[in-house]
Amino acid sequence: MSALLTLNDLTVRRGECPVVDRVSFAVQPGEIIGLLGPNGAGKTTLMRGALGLLAHEGHSSLTDLAPGPRARQAAFLPQEREIAWPMPAEDVVALGRMAHGGNRAGDQAAIERAIERMGLEVLRHRPATQLSGGEQARVLIARALAQESPVLIADEPTAGLDPAAQIAVMEVFARHAQEGGAVVASLHDLGLAARHCTRLIMLERGRVVADGTPQEVLTDANLARVFRIRAHIEWRADGPIFQALSVISP
Amino acid sequence: MLGCVHRSKHLIAGLALAVGFAAPVGAEPPRRVVSINLCTDHMALLLADPEQIVSLSNLASDTHSSVMAEEAAAYPMNHGLAEEVFLQKPDLVLAGQYTARATTSLLQRLDIPVAVFAPAYSLDDVRANLRAMGEALGQGPRAEAMIARFDADLAALRADPTPMETRPRAALYYANGYSSGKDTLAGQILEASGFRNATAEAGLTSGGFLPLEVLILENPDLIVRGARYPGASRSEEILAHPALRQLGGEVSREILADRDWICGTPHVLTVIAALRAARHELEAGK
Amino acid sequence: MSTRYAILMAGLAAVVAVLFVASLLIGPAAIGLGDSLAALFRGEGEMVTLVMREVRLPRAILGVLVGAALGLSGAAMQGLLRNPLAEPGLIGTSASAALGAVISIQTGLSVAFVWALPAAALLGALISVGLILLLAGSRGTTLTIILAGIGISALAGALTSLVLNLSPNPFAASEIMFWMMGSLADRSMVHVGIAAPLIVLGGLITLSRARALDALTLGEDAAASMGVNIRALRLWLIVGTAALVGAATAVAGAIGFVGLVVPHLLRRAVGARPARLLPASALGGGAVVLAADIAVRLIAPDRDLKLGVLTAIVGAPFFLHLILRTRRDAA
Repeated sequence: MSALLTLNDLTVRRGECPVVDRVSFAVQPGEIIGLLGPNGAGKTTLMRGALGLLAHEGHSSLTDLAPGPRARQAAFLPQEREIAWPMPAEDVVALGRMAHGGNRAGDQAAIERAIERMGLEVLRHRPATQLSGGEQARVLIARALAQESPVLIADEPTAGLDPAAQIAVMEVFARHAQEGGAVVASLHDLGLAARHCTRLIMLERGRVVADGTPQEVLTDANLARVFRIRAHIEWRADGPIFQALSVISP
Repeated sequence: MLGCVHRSKHLIAGLALAVGFAAPVGAEPPRRVVSINLCTDHMALLLADPEQIVSLSNLASDTHSSVMAEEAAAYPMNHGLAEEVFLQKPDLVLAGQYTARATTSLLQRLDIPVAVFAPAYSLDDVRANLRAMGEALGQGPRAEAMIARFDADLAALRADPTPMETRPRAALYYANGYSSGKDTLAGQILEASGFRNATAEAGLTSGGFLPLEVLILENPDLIVRGARYPGASRSEEILAHPALRQLGGEVSREILADRDWICGTPHVLTVIAALRAARHELEAGK
Repeated sequence: MSTRYAILMAGLAAVVAVLFVASLLIGPAAIGLGDSLAALFRGEGEMVTLVMREVRLPRAILGVLVGAALGLSGAAMQGLLRNPLAEPGLIGTSASAALGAVISIQTGLSVAFVWALPAAALLGALISVGLILLLAGSRGTTLTIILAGIGISALAGALTSLVLNLSPNPFAASEIMFWMMGSLADRSMVHVGIAAPLIVLGGLITLSRARALDALTLGEDAAASMGVNIRALRLWLIVGTAALVGAATAVAGAIGFVGLVVPHLLRRAVGARPARLLPASALGGGAVVLAADIAVRLIAPDRDLKLGVLTAIVGAPFFLHLILRTRRDAA
């Protein structure tokens, strides 16, 4: 199987200092990758660099593509949930079809699938700006789904959502991966990451310090070094249970 | 609209009728006269002895505004500022009705006699103004002689056998679409030169805004345009409107400059003569 | 939705058409309906034809063009800055265009070279839009947009006054009012010829970016990831709005609030989509300026009441209302 996204020595600098430092990894179909790291570790910068939204050194397979094909290869869900105008929710979702242009029937089918998958049927005619934060997040995820790009890159997609909505989002990602796509999502909730991701990449000061299955990455040593916390993890048959316990003083 | 107000000051301001000043009977004529208004400048130049004049306003020697710029250039100029005028120790200040009130009232409080002249709105006002200026300057006989000559010249210019109905129709048209009806100095000048006033026939009796389309529908035989000033302005663009050009070759003409109309002095006779010549040309062409 | 939009556009077009005809029929000279139309279309009656074709027709055409330019540029700027308070008049674009126009007139460039007038106005508008983006950032907050706008308007207005006051022409100084408030009085086909090509060009440029503006609703990163070239979008919209505002201001002065009120009134009706708001605002702007120009002629037929006076009386309360709503939304 060929990778959907490959990064080779991707480096993004702010001034002289690298914020993302020689990051390399490949994303295979079916993967749900959780990007972990404390605030300022470079997660957002890594995603924006990989998408070609920031000037960078090294190589991202996405930036080889022209803007149109790039958008058909990877959809991006920024952290800021910005909806500037009171457009009906379904029109916001329809924006995901920008990069496809042309095929009306195909567009409409993709929009309907995304609305159905995010459970937006009852909200579709409401102005998106009048929806609650959680509802807006769902509308924006539906927009990214409607783009029907194999790679879905999401910056803190679960921030500010209630527990049920968080789980629902991770399940939507799982389905996307099952259908042959892949998801790269930055997450602050390590428990959610442990349970729902197939692979975790841990960043510290712009560098990859761990890359592997949740069990390989969420070790006591990594948690102590990168997050400065002690945690209890139980690897059970029905999935891991993670609980942060205390801060390790330096 | 501002432009119109501006216009009306400028154009109708023929200056007339001394207000608020009467020379005391038997008093000595003034020896140090300062004029701070363009039109009082002109009248002072016409009536005063040269040694009576201390200074004239700066506009008097400006060729765009003043028809007596050459004569005025021989005298010092002032800028109409109270302080400057006070320091020249005048025993009479000549001011226009539209000269800054603050200036004239300040001078009066400093016990300097100020003669204020209102604009001339008619040919009668020209006479009255000359008479009042003669009195103020102690040059009564000179003023009376000038008025007599003015009346004689005017009568000669007016004398014309052409009956009113067959005379050509003219309209005065200036920047911002301003025009003059019958009850204005400019209107009387036009009438004295033997034209019928198309503006008055369109219903505008005094000076004011005449819409371009009304002017076109009046279809006058001659449109006397204001001459353009140096520099550019949007206000004057109307004088070059394509519709005016399409009225036909020579209909719209610059015969005189604004300075010819600003003040009501005997100079208006020159204006009447020029317009009369234009009329004869028109009548000959018909 | 689509049929609703079609109905809205047809309705707006009909309103513009009716107001256009009304504008042709209203004027200080009383000309009968039949005579007006006969003169306009068949050239019957020499003087009436001259009035209809050379005085009233250019005024009505300019009403539509200037209004469309203002409505369209307002909607485009709001889309670009993602803020409903962005408007060429408020953020100093019109004032800067007026400054450019005044400079080209007073230096004599516009006489030497007919395109100098709109070109200078365009340049003024271009500089001010660039400045606004520089000062307010790519997503302007209301506060920074308004503050930057106040600064630019004040500077442009002061420089305009300075240039006019220094002019050797005695009328120039009294024209500050025209450049600040705008008027369509006594315009001619010459002005239509100057403004129309630029307004059409600016309109086409702006409308061609409609879909990208839709995407920008979700922010620059999201739009870029959907295939929008943000830098090109910004550049084209700056050029497009500068052409629209520059051409409109060069011939009609600065007419404020049209670009604010029109998109505000139409936003709901078009489902808030910037792409649909653009053409609707162009028609709406044309209708508003035609109506205002008819109103100034009816209210004060014998004096040149400035268009901007009327649009500000109607538009300023809208502006205050929008500020109040922005504050409420932020709370």
